[in-house]
Amino acid sequence: MTLFKQGVSRRGLMRGGIALSAGLAAPQFFVRGAGAATYLNEPTGSTVTFGFNVPQTGAYADEGADELRAYQLAVKHLNGEGDGGMLNTFTSKALEGKGVLGKKVAFVTGDTQTKSDAARASAKRMIEKDGVVMVTGGSSSGVAIAVQSLCQEAGITFMAGLTHSNDTTGKDRRRNGFRHFFNAYMSGAALAPVLKANYGTDRKAYHLTADYTWGWTQEESIANSTEAIGWETVNKVRTPLGAGDFSQYITPVLNSGADVLILNHYGKDMVNSLTQAVQFGLRDKQVNGKDMVVVVPLYSRLMAQGAGANVKGIFGSTNWHWSLTDAGSQAFVKSFGAEYGFPPSQAAHTCYVQALLYADAAQRAGTFAPCELGKALEGFEFDGMGNGPTLYRAEDHQCFKKVLVVKGKENPSSQFDLLEVVEEVPREQVTYDPNIPQFAGELGPCNNGA
Amino acid sequence: MATTPQTTPNQDRLLFVLFAAAVLTAPLWASVIGAGYPDLLQKFAIFGILAIGFNILFGLTGYLSFGHAAFLGIGSYAAVWSFKLFTVNALPAVFFGMVFAGLFALVIGYISLRRTGIYFSILTLAFAQMSYNLAYSVLTPITNGETGLTMNQDDPRFIDNLFFAPEGNALPSTNLFGIEMTGFSGFYFCAVVLIIAFYIAMRISRSPFGMMLRAIKSNQNRMNYTGFNTRPYALTAFVISGVYAGLAGSLMAVTDPLAGAERMQWTASGEVVLMTILGGAGTLLGPVLGAGIIKYFENIFSAYNAQVLERIFDFLPDGIDHAAASVAGLFVGEGWHLTLGLVFMLIVIFLPGGVMEGFTRLRAKFSKPTVESSSSGSTTSPAKDSA
Repeated sequence: MTLFKQGVSRRGLMRGGIALSAGLAAPQFFVRGAGAATYLNEPTGSTVTFGFNVPQTGAYADEGADELRAYQLAVKHLNGEGDGGMLNTFTSKALEGKGVLGKKVAFVTGDTQTKSDAARASAKRMIEKDGVVMVTGGSSSGVAIAVQSLCQEAGITFMAGLTHSNDTTGKDRRRNGFRHFFNAYMSGAALAPVLKANYGTDRKAYHLTADYTWGWTQEESIANSTEAIGWETVNKVRTPLGAGDFSQYITPVLNSGADVLILNHYGKDMVNSLTQAVQFGLRDKQVNGKDMVVVVPLYSRLMAQGAGANVKGIFGSTNWHWSLTDAGSQAFVKSFGAEYGFPPSQAAHTCYVQALLYADAAQRAGTFAPCELGKALEGFEFDGMGNGPTLYRAEDHQCFKKVLVVKGKENPSSQFDLLEVVEEVPREQVTYDPNIPQFAGELGPCNNGA
Repeated sequence: MATTPQTTPNQDRLLFVLFAAAVLTAPLWASVIGAGYPDLLQKFAIFGILAIGFNILFGLTGYLSFGHAAFLGIGSYAAVWSFKLFTVNALPAVFFGMVFAGLFALVIGYISLRRTGIYFSILTLAFAQMSYNLAYSVLTPITNGETGLTMNQDDPRFIDNLFFAPEGNALPSTNLFGIEMTGFSGFYFCAVVLIIAFYIAMRISRSPFGMMLRAIKSNQNRMNYTGFNTRPYALTAFVISGVYAGLAGSLMAVTDPLAGAERMQWTASGEVVLMTILGGAGTLLGPVLGAGIIKYFENIFSAYNAQVLERIFDFLPDGIDHAAASVAGLFVGEGWHLTLGLVFMLIVIFLPGGVMEGFTRLRAKFSKPTVESSSSGSTTSPAKDSA
């Protein structure tokens, strides 16, 4: 207890500590001013660094692994290695396979762990330590929104990977963030007519929903569009992300009087919930004189692979599928297959396209500065990336393009050939006003970070 | 374990000054090991505070709480709500974070401390998991569920709006009377708080109250038989420890205004236990070191990918370098947990007193020639409090 009675006084020590900290902090501030950069992390050497922030662990790890493969392929193509992939079919010819703005593309990776905290820590590391000009990735909308707002605050560009929530370019839209992937509203708009044609207008739907931003908006969008074709929503139940066991949620469905189960799940969650629903005999059951059916609004080939034969005949929507026959898709499937030995998933596709679109915008804008680069992306109309003519809408930074309605194949010819494209829904049918109530948000000002 | 630490005030003073100097110069020496960027330095300081607080409970009284992440999360939520409702100044946020975590700790501690040992651990774990689930789904209006609580454009911010006209439409950032709490200024704020927290922990540890806590650890029954009611002491330690965790949680929100439910998950509670044991439970410096080591692994090792490894092993002959890179690849990137697990095993097996025991042994080795110090028995006590 007699500490500091004599010798160094407590006050003197504190003063010393504060003086020391001020002295140490000073050089940092000078260094920051001395660079005179016009925007944050302006590349000065012969390389420019991209940050690939994907889930390597957790419920979306499969998607994350495929996203990383796609990013690495994109970097190869941007640097002029490999066969060039979609650069050959892309309608903008600004990129020549010699890097971007004369700089070779390098990259750093990070693990989001499908958690907002970890994703932000990893993105901060990329921005503060590795000096990236752009962060891209994410396989969860919660994470994408968290990282997007971080990039906005820091002043670098965010190119969203797989994120399907309305909020990413809806109420949480940001000027520095861009999304190529489609969203829940588009899924609903594309699916409803197909569901009506196959299952009629007199149906009772039961929703099981992953309990986070993506699940909520998808539940809302699908419920709205199915109610518009005359269906009734019996119940909406929220399930925790990464629950593993869904039996306690599926049993009540059987006695609820519903004849359609809508699974607003993705990744391993969807694999588990669908498998368990089938095991509980849901699809062999007759309710209200009709066969009970399952709908998975957001489908992916990786999930279909996980769920195996259970996906047969189940409808859903996807952003892209490797069996598409347009030149862009073919070129991408070919170079991805040559590199890794299997076809890419839709997560891989959207990430690859985002990396290319970013590089192209930088080349056309002549700078990596988020504000100028953003202007090159806003209202940008392009083709040859696998979804037909596509528009990067200026009002909300959302891409508008065809949406695929798919169905689990009855007789798959290989382990990758699990989904068949039922309909390619045209862009007009899924376009909406940027300020409808589900989406109303503000982009705010752009931020160059310096 | 029974040896009472006998350190002179002079030694303590030296330790404190060295600690303060090391913390404040962190941006310089940490950049040598590739950790000299603000976000990681902030994490070092914040988790250092959390581990110091945890050590007051676990290291001194021996009560192993498996639910400390709950207080961390409550601190974060309280801080973000303070940003949303009152002001973006850091001080009220820190204050509310500590107060709410302290109140919560009082309630949980009052109930849990009726049991000791494994039962106490399970009770705290249950409470933490309950808080996690509440934050995750039931209390979504307050916590915003999985998405996490963030600041919004249209938050009331009563105090700020009272004194300053809202400027522009950009989201205000957290600050301390104008100093932005991001980057290095954010780190220095956390660092100063860490140094204060360390000083308080040191005083607690050297006080009669600290002695009482150690007595609880060595034999609680004997204490009770001699007429001491130990529970108020243990409860005080629990609350102090909870306040430390709330402080750490609020600092997390100050440097990055976002509070997510995953901060309260049991893995987060486990992490604190790992930090303390890795560094050395019961020592003053150990928990801070442990926190640093774990955060370093999480942020630096997880970022190594094939590209980086190829560059590192470039000096090896062709063929071997690829093999070396692919073997090393198992332990970095997404495999960083594996490396951490191995390090943890090695330390628990060979240095049960954590990294601090390693230092103590090293010091004993070098000071062997003098006859006096070899008789002080420094190598036999893993939980030594000196250093």
